[in-house]
Amino acid sequence: MATEVMETTSTRNYLNNGHTVKSWLLTLDHKRIGLLYLFSISIFFAIGGVYASLIRLELITPEGDLMTAETYNKVFTMHGVMMIFFFLIPSIPAVMGNFLLPIMLGAKDVAFPKLNLLSWYIFILGGSLMLITMINGGIDTGWTFYPPYSSIYSNTQVTLAGVSIFITGFSSILTGLNFMVTIHTMRAPGLTWFRLPLFVWAHYATSLIQILGTPVVAITVLALALERTFQIGIFDPKLGGDPVLFQHMFWFYSHPAVYIMILPSMGVISELIANMTRKRIFGYHFVAFSSLAIAVFGFLVWGHHMFTSSQSMYAGMVFSLITYAVAIPSAIKIFNWTATIYKGSVSYDTPMIYALAFIGLFTVGGMTGLFLAALGLDVHLHDTYFVVAHFHYVMVGGAIIGYLGGIHFWWPKMTGRMYPEVWGRISAAIIFLGFNLTFFPQFVVGYLGMPRRYHAYAPEFQVLHILSSAGASILAVGFIMPVFYFAWSVKFGKKAGNNPWMASGLEWQTSSPPPTENFTYQPVVTHEPYEFEHVEEIKNAGKLENKTA
Amino acid sequence: MAEHATHVPGLAHHFVSMEQQKEAGTIGMWIFLLTELMFFGGLFLAYAIFRYKYPDGFLQGSHLLSVPLGGLNTFILILSSLTMALGVYYSQMGDRKKLVAFLTMTLLLGLAFLVVKFFEYKEKFDHHLFPAIGFWNPAADHPPEQYHQHVRVFLWIYFAMTGLHALHMIVGAGILITLIYLARKGTFTKEYNSPVEISGLYWHFVDIVWIFLFPLLYLTGFHVSGGH
Ligand SMILES: [Cu+2]
Repeated sequence: MATEVMETTSTRNYLNNGHTVKSWLLTLDHKRIGLLYLFSISIFFAIGGVYASLIRLELITPEGDLMTAETYNKVFTMHGVMMIFFFLIPSIPAVMGNFLLPIMLGAKDVAFPKLNLLSWYIFILGGSLMLITMINGGIDTGWTFYPPYSSIYSNTQVTLAGVSIFITGFSSILTGLNFMVTIHTMRAPGLTWFRLPLFVWAHYATSLIQILGTPVVAITVLALALERTFQIGIFDPKLGGDPVLFQHMFWFYSHPAVYIMILPSMGVISELIANMTRKRIFGYHFVAFSSLAIAVFGFLVWGHHMFTSSQSMYAGMVFSLITYAVAIPSAIKIFNWTATIYKGSVSYDTPMIYALAFIGLFTVGGMTGLFLAALGLDVHLHDTYFVVAHFHYVMVGGAIIGYLGGIHFWWPKMTGRMYPEVWGRISAAIIFLGFNLTFFPQFVVGYLGMPRRYHAYAPEFQVLHILSSAGASILAVGFIMPVFYFAWSVKFGKKAGNNPWMASGLEWQTSSPPPTENFTYQPVVTHEPYEFEHVEEIKNAGKLENKTA
Repeated sequence: MAEHATHVPGLAHHFVSMEQQKEAGTIGMWIFLLTELMFFGGLFLAYAIFRYKYPDGFLQGSHLLSVPLGGLNTFILILSSLTMALGVYYSQMGDRKKLVAFLTMTLLLGLAFLVVKFFEYKEKFDHHLFPAIGFWNPAADHPPEQYHQHVRVFLWIYFAMTGLHALHMIVGAGILITLIYLARKGTFTKEYNSPVEISGLYWHFVDIVWIFLFPLLYLTGFHVSGGH
C-alpha cells in the first residue's frame, strides 16, 4: 500500500500539469476535456432536474394550480431539451469516452485533440444559446418541435432554440468522428479488434449513429428555422409543405439518438460486470456485435413514432416488425451479462449495484418498449404516461444508472481518490427506490388513460401522481448525495493506487490519476480483455516500467 | 522508449508515425464526408417527396432556371476537379511551383462558379422568385399562376440545396487560400502533403454534389417534357 501512495503522489499527472484557468480552457488533453464536459453537463443536468421538480410539484393535485397550462408546456419542454440534448447525448461519450477511450487503446490522445476541444466550445456555445432561450421564457413545443405548431403558432423562441440544437449537434458529430478515427488508427501494438474492451465497441457503435444521424437532425431543425423565419412551405400544409415529413426526418435521428444515450451505458455495464465479478464476459463477440446491430437496426425503426400520424398501415407493420427485431441484440446483452454473473465472484461495491440496477430497470424499459411497438396496443398507449414511464426506464434506469455506475468505477482513476463506499451504496439504493417509485406508477396511470403533457388531470389519478411525486423527491436526494461525497473525496478520499478494483484493462495499468501522456511507456497488449489471471502479472510489469521511466 | 519523433516536421506529438497521422487524417475526412452526405441527404429526401407530390410544379420551376448557366457551372466545376487532382499529384511529386499554380487555378474556377451563381440568384430576386414571405411575388405568367404554390416549394428546395452547396464552395475557397499560402511557404514536401490530398477529397465531394444537383434541378424539364 505504501508504495502505491508513493506512486500516485510523486509522479506528475494530468491534474497537476498546470493549474491556471487557461491551462484548462485551452487544454488539448482528452482527460481534461472529459472533465470540462463533466462540469458542464452536470450544470445542465441540475437545470433539467429543477424543471422535473416543477413538473412533479404541479402534478401533485389534479387542478392546474401551481402554473398555467402555457407555463407547464414550457416547463416540460425545457426539461426534455436540457436532459436530452445537453445531458444524455453528451453524458457517457463526452465524459468517460473522452477520458478513457485513448487510455483503453494505449494511445496518447484522441486522433484530433484540437477538434476535441472545439467540440466542447461548440457545446458551450449551443448550451449558452439554450440558456438565453430559457431566460427569455423558454419554448413550449415539446422537445420534439413538431410543426406546424412550432413553425407558425408558438409564440416562444423556437428559432433560437433550433439554432442552439443545430450548433450543439456539431459537437456530437465531432466527438463521434474523433472516436471512430481514434479506434481505427490508434490502437496499441497487439490490440486487435477482438481484444478491445466492450466499452470501446459500444463507443464505436455510438459514434456510427452520431456520424450518420446527427447531420439529419441538423438539417431538419435548420429547415424548421427557415420555415419559421421565411414561411417558405417546407412543413406548413397551407403552403404546400408536409408536416409529417418533419416527423420522419426528426425521428430518423431521434430514435437512433436513444441508442446514442443507451449504447455507451451498455459499454460501461459490460466493463462493470466483468470487473466486479472477475470473469470474462460471457459471449464477448455476441456482446460486441450486438452493439453494432443495435446501431444499424436503430436506423430502421423511426416509423414507430408515427403509428398514429397518417403513416400507411403497411409501413406501420414493417416498422413494428423491425422494432421487435431490435429487441434481440438488447436481449443478447442482458442474457450474456447475467450469464457472466453466474458463478462469478461477485463484489457488491457501488458500481456493481448500479450494474445490477441497470439490468433490472433496462429490462423493464425494453420490454415495455415492445408493448409500444405493437400496432394495436400503441393506439391505446400512444402519448400517454405509459410512454413517459417507458422512456424514463430506458433513459434514467438505463443511461443515467450506467453513467453513475461508470463515474463511481472510474472515479479513482480520474482523481486518484476513492469515493466513500458506504455513501455510494446508500445513494445507489436511494436512487433505485426513488426511481421505481417515481416511474412505476406512471405505467399504471398511463395505461388507465392519463395523457402526457397535461398540467391538469382527472381526480381518480391523484394517488398515483402523489406516489410519483414522492418518488421524485427521494430520487432527487439520491442524485444530490454523490455531488457532496465526490467533492469530499477529491480532498479526503482514500488514495486509490493504480488499480483499486484489481480490474483488467489498460487504464488500470497506468497511475491514478494518469500522466498527461497517459503512459510512461508504450503499452503492448498480449491478452484478450477480461483475463483476470493476468492482472497481477500485468500490474507488476507496469510498476517495473514506471520505475525505469 | 526514446522514439522521440517530435523533430519530424508536420508530425503531431500524439501520433507514433507519419503513416498513422496520414491514415487518421484520411479516415477522418471520409467520415466527415459521410456526415455531409447525410446532411445533404435530408434535402434530397425533401426533393424526392415533393417532386412526387408536385410533378408539374417541379417542371414549371425547372423552366425558370437557366440551363446554359447551370451547364457552364457544371463544366467549371468538373474542370476544377481536374486541376485539384493535378495539384494533389504535384504535391506528391514535391513540385512546389506546379502545386501553387494548380491550386490557384482551382481557386479561380471555384470563384468563377460563385460569380455565375450570384447572377443566377440575382435574376431570381429581380423577379421576386425568392420564396420567403414578404418577398415572394412572381409575375402572373412567370411561372403560370396556377402553379405558383408548387413552384414555390420547388424554389425553396432549389435555394436550400444550391445555397448549402455554395456555402460549401465558399468554405472550399477558404481552404484553398490556406493551402496556397502554405504551399508558397514550402510547407508541403514529398514526405508531408496529406493536407493537400485531404482537402482534395473535400473539393471533389462538393463537386459531386453539384453533379447531382444540376440534373435534378435544371434538367427536370428535359425529363418530363422531352426538352423545351
Ligand atoms: Cu423510437
